[in-house]
Amino acid sequence: MTAAQTGATGFLARYEGLKDHLPGARKPWLNQLRADAAVHFAARGFPTRRVEQWKYTDLAPVAQAAFAEPLTSVDGQVHLPAPLAPHRAVFVDGRFRPDLSSLDGLPFRALGLAHDLAEAEPHLGALAKPESEPLAALNTMLFEDGLFLDVPDGVDGGLLELVSVAVDPGRPFAFHPRHLVRLGARARLTLIETATGGGHCLHNPVFEIEVAEGASLTHGRMLQEAATVFHLSTIYARVAAEGTYDNFTVAAGPRLTRNEIHAALVGPKAACHMNGAQMAADGQHVDTTTALDHAAPDCASRQTYKTVLAGRSRGVFQGRIHVHRVAQRTDGYQMNQALLLSEEAEIDSKPQLEIYADDVKCSHGATVGALDADSLFYLRSRGIPEAQAKAMLVEAFLHEAVETVTDETLKGALTRALDAWWARQEAAA
Amino acid sequence: MPAVTETIETVQQATESGYKWGFETDIEMEFAPKGLNEDIVRFISAKKNEPAWLLEWRLRAFAAWKTMEEPRWAAVKYPPIDYQDSYYYAAPKQKVGPKSLDEVDPELLKTYAKLGIPLREQEILAGVEGAGSVPAEGRMPIAVDAVFDSVSVATSYKERLGKEGIIFCAISEAVQTHPELVRKYLGTVVPQGDNFFAALNSAVFTDGSFVYIPKGVRCPMELSTYFRINAKSTGQFERTLIIADEGSHVSYLEGCTAPMRDENQLHAAVVELVALDDATIKYSTVQNWYPGDAEGKGGIYNFVTKRGACRGARSKISWTQVETGSAITWKYPSCILQGEDSVGEFYSVAITNNYQQADTGTKMFHIGPRTRSTIVSKGISAGHGQNTYRGLVRIGAKAHGARNFTQCDSLLIGDLCGAHTVPYIENRCVSAKVEHEATTSRIAEDQLFYCRQRGLTQEEAVGLIVNGFCREVLKELPMEFAVEAQKLLQISLEGSVG
Repeated sequence: MTAAQTGATGFLARYEGLKDHLPGARKPWLNQLRADAAVHFAARGFPTRRVEQWKYTDLAPVAQAAFAEPLTSVDGQVHLPAPLAPHRAVFVDGRFRPDLSSLDGLPFRALGLAHDLAEAEPHLGALAKPESEPLAALNTMLFEDGLFLDVPDGVDGGLLELVSVAVDPGRPFAFHPRHLVRLGARARLTLIETATGGGHCLHNPVFEIEVAEGASLTHGRMLQEAATVFHLSTIYARVAAEGTYDNFTVAAGPRLTRNEIHAALVGPKAACHMNGAQMAADGQHVDTTTALDHAAPDCASRQTYKTVLAGRSRGVFQGRIHVHRVAQRTDGYQMNQALLLSEEAEIDSKPQLEIYADDVKCSHGATVGALDADSLFYLRSRGIPEAQAKAMLVEAFLHEAVETVTDETLKGALTRALDAWWARQEAAA
Repeated sequence: MPAVTETIETVQQATESGYKWGFETDIEMEFAPKGLNEDIVRFISAKKNEPAWLLEWRLRAFAAWKTMEEPRWAAVKYPPIDYQDSYYYAAPKQKVGPKSLDEVDPELLKTYAKLGIPLREQEILAGVEGAGSVPAEGRMPIAVDAVFDSVSVATSYKERLGKEGIIFCAISEAVQTHPELVRKYLGTVVPQGDNFFAALNSAVFTDGSFVYIPKGVRCPMELSTYFRINAKSTGQFERTLIIADEGSHVSYLEGCTAPMRDENQLHAAVVELVALDDATIKYSTVQNWYPGDAEGKGGIYNFVTKRGACRGARSKISWTQVETGSAITWKYPSCILQGEDSVGEFYSVAITNNYQQADTGTKMFHIGPRTRSTIVSKGISAGHGQNTYRGLVRIGAKAHGARNFTQCDSLLIGDLCGAHTVPYIENRCVSAKVEHEATTSRIAEDQLFYCRQRGLTQEEAVGLIVNGFCREVLKELPMEFAVEAQKLLQISLEGSVG
């Protein structure tokens, strides 16, 4: 690939050049998967704002950039965040680094995808939809590594950290990790993901998450890369009967963040909670897009998303709840709220219900506004300085998104991520 | 509760009769040749004896339409429409511009009498006390413009309104009598190239109503237009333009029906409202186009562009719609809130039964400071019906202190139908406040049980609950129409329960 080739053309050229060398190049099933994805990506390229799901998020800066491959740095200094738990898997520029990871003693298998592709075969591509999501196509076409977690039936996997660090090589680069998470029947796991680092990079991860009967996955995410990073992540989760998938995301940092989650409740009494806080300051764009499929009866879903926008920034929330005909007695609720702190911020919100079953209880709510003047006045009148009063209100607003987290380690980490963002805003102001 | 008794009776009647407005009037008609081309546009313009500027205006619209694509984003499905396989002009043969009702073809008068629409002055709207009865004490008369296929056949109370300086006539007549007003406002709210159906309408609109309320005048009676499609293989393309000058007030009602046919007929109307400083326009619609039969055969495609501009400070435009008819509804009555402190409202009940599909909602554009809007939408789906609320609230950067409240509720009756909510909220103003709520549920078992226990049949109970569900919207309608609308809801839901 030459430096002049940008966007989709550049990535397709890279695929053509690399396809015989990508991990799993000798496996026909994987070659086919990549080739099909390349066809889909070639047909669509990066979505433009004419595509309904991308109406409010402009990928032009990504599509117009030329990204190189990440350098294969296997040593050298990598700045890692302080560990939150004894076990963690570390990825640098999208590549698994066993030397930096600590996985000994985990009660389940945690493997680097590049080296253990055979294990992943039944799961890789089982949920992702490269035909409808171009970024999933791009990922499928070019992924080189990822994490494969397989928690057996009945096992409590405890807590595992997934750390992704981007190291700035001084030129734009892109990586597309593919993570697979499988929880057997009644298994449990808390996965805490931290994305950090900098440089002009595109981080385009895809998760395929399968939660079997009665299993429970808590997935915390802190997307905290530098303001030069494009973070476009797509999560596909499938939850079987009585299983639970909980996602808590704090997105604050990258220049452009797209946090896209597709969750399908496919067995009776499955549950999904999706919560998040996304924050943006000058020049940043944050986008949370969720699609929740209620495809079985008696399932419940809850979503709470908070957006805080400062400076010249833009926030997007799109949330779709689809209740299939069979999904009787669905209980679905979604709330998204945005707080504008600046004259130059813009929020676009599209909560969406698509309902084909009659015995359901589904609702959504959306609010947009500035800090409540009455609340501010109340605090001021009790002698609290304006800056502090403001901070208290913003904090209260944001913390609601992580209120329902039960794991203390995760809750602490998410809360610190929220507070760190506000502290940066105050320092800048 | 008299309304309930009435409702029950209506349901009983309806069970026997189905769509009771589905008859056809046998009347000699004049048609333009089938198909759509520049000559047809010229034909219509010539037929209406239009000035050159209007013909050019139409031709520009037609040129734009030819370059446009039919919108496909709505959640409705229908086979491709052959725009060449339709008549774009169909008018009853009668004397040009009848001077009084006596000159109107008796067949037409009979038709409107049968529909319960009082063309004779002093008569009141039927459906409350029966056609032709004496108006009740203190009840306001209603002025009616009757549009039959492509032309306006009669307008009542013109003289009485004229005394107040109010102009209420067919738009084709207004082009002749008040060309300066028409030219000043036509297409300023919905431009010719606004969308595919608006462009089509701009090219071939044949009639519709024109209303001008002068400064400071409060229109003394309800104005209304009744649209009737009668002829086969025709489309109806009417254009309504209402201008409320400073400090004026008008309440306008619109009703519509069509014969039962196996074919789908196209109705692509454009309505433009202009409210100047301190003016108020209340626009109510009871849409009862033929919905097609129980198998989804036939019915009107109702692809309508309605938009109001609150140009003046403190002006107000309020849309209320009860959508029970049409095979497909594609309609988003909107408000452009330009004037400071202007107000937009949208109250809607949309009901889909059998194979009806409705994709309807509103757009509120907040441009001026302290503009306010309220959206209340109630969607009811039964049978195989698909009902979508699609709405946009956009707050511009200068709309300081703007406020929106939206509530959309959906009710599902039966498990073969669908209810969808697609709101878009775009806010660029820090001091604006937007709230949106939506719920979807079915009729609660305990409510049904409560009603059944008191001796109501399943169908009556559902009727009662549905009426309660829609109450917030129905109360916005003028009283007579509210009663009529309640009955319509019953009829539309017929066969969906039990």
